[in-house]
Amino acid sequence: MTDTRPGQRALRTFAAGPSTGLRRVDARMRIIAAAAFAVAVVSLTSVSSLLAALAAGFGLAAWARLPAAETARRVVAVDGFIVLTLVMLPFTTPGEPLFSLWGFPASREGLHHAVLIALKANAVILALLALVGTVPETVLGHALARLKVPEKLVQLFLMTVRYIDVLHQEATRLRTAMKARGFRPRTDLHTLRSLGWLVGMLLVRSLERSERVLAAMKCRGFTGRFPLLDDLRATPADWVFLAGAVAACASLVTADRLA
Amino acid sequence: MHIVDGALAAPVIVAASAVAVGGTAVGLKSLDADTLPRAGLLSAAFFVASLVQVPIGPSSVHLVLGGMAGLMLGWGAFPALAVALALQAVFFGFGGLTVLGVNLVNIAAPAVLFGLLCRPLVRGASPALAAAAGAVAGGGAVALTTILVGLSLALSGDAFIPAAKLVFLAHVPVMLAEAVVTGAAVGLVRKVKPDAFGLPRIGAEGWSRA
Repeated sequence: MTDTRPGQRALRTFAAGPSTGLRRVDARMRIIAAAAFAVAVVSLTSVSSLLAALAAGFGLAAWARLPAAETARRVVAVDGFIVLTLVMLPFTTPGEPLFSLWGFPASREGLHHAVLIALKANAVILALLALVGTVPETVLGHALARLKVPEKLVQLFLMTVRYIDVLHQEATRLRTAMKARGFRPRTDLHTLRSLGWLVGMLLVRSLERSERVLAAMKCRGFTGRFPLLDDLRATPADWVFLAGAVAACASLVTADRLA
Repeated sequence: MHIVDGALAAPVIVAASAVAVGGTAVGLKSLDADTLPRAGLLSAAFFVASLVQVPIGPSSVHLVLGGMAGLMLGWGAFPALAVALALQAVFFGFGGLTVLGVNLVNIAAPAVLFGLLCRPLVRGASPALAAAAGAVAGGGAVALTTILVGLSLALSGDAFIPAAKLVFLAHVPVMLAEAVVTGAAVGLVRKVKPDAFGLPRIGAEGWSRA
């Protein structure tokens, strides 16, 4: 998980940026395109078509003007256990031995499998960050609502993104107070219990804040519906984008099957 | 514990996604106009709390807090964690898109299970028992999540089984850390805010109770 420093937003997205190129496309089309791309990529079987998919991912990232360094950092930061799983695959898959490490033979089939997974994962992440990661959080919520995601789930989504930064500041204040009293995280019981109290205090404060928020919402006539005031309007260019994206995904899959 | 796209077999993805949709639907049913802000704020709080790094030796891990989410939200933990996982995938590039349902089931199902099982003791009269139940919920949820992650991989190919076993062993310190943290958090929350565990029942006399 990304570490955050004081003053930094907890939910740092790529939404801030020039409203050009890919970023001008209707958010709904971008969500559908990302989903189609992910399903297509996961079904690919050959390294060559996956390289094409990865190139498409890079192309989308460039089109969306993603900042290169930050994007690379996020793509590289996968869970340690996935790295472990991929590294072990060549040694646990039976097949033609390719090389051996400390007496353990690595199979060609296992290496091939690991490479396929790595290519798929990276292609999808790049496309996802470029297509959907550049949509502002609230617009994403509205787009999901227009895509018929259940209303309550959208409300939960909007409430969550609204308060992540507020509560992150709350947590930062609690951390500062701990630090001022000389707390330094170590590997010991005291640290774990102190962090537990930090989490507990954060949860208590968020509950109390939720009571005030609910009262304020009731006061303004909240009865379970958020009127969503969005200006999502699909232009002919957006439909062209969607058609192009679906055609590209279909041709990726077709080329993969024929190869 | 985020599985990435491309690692799992299609049947695993389809089955887990169906369970994920079902669990989220049950969770959403438990939310209404009075409890939604509470679930939303808690969802945001859990997202923030999961950024907390816990030092383990020279390395550090981040908290999951699934057990705590289950204790406080019950089935509502399903949609709350769905939102958190979607945000992590879309904005941080953590996990993936086709595996969203798998990752959700792996984290939320243990959260709900341990949350509901341990909640009576957490609400009970004895502070020691409550903290112990909190620790069981915290550590147990991580343990079961690790097992489910391993199972998702093992069902997708025998070659993943050794890695799955190793991943479980590597996560034993995380389970212990999560148990202590959740136990301490439960102890504090039940002292300061005794009605924090579980959403108020729908229809139960309006928002003053929430």
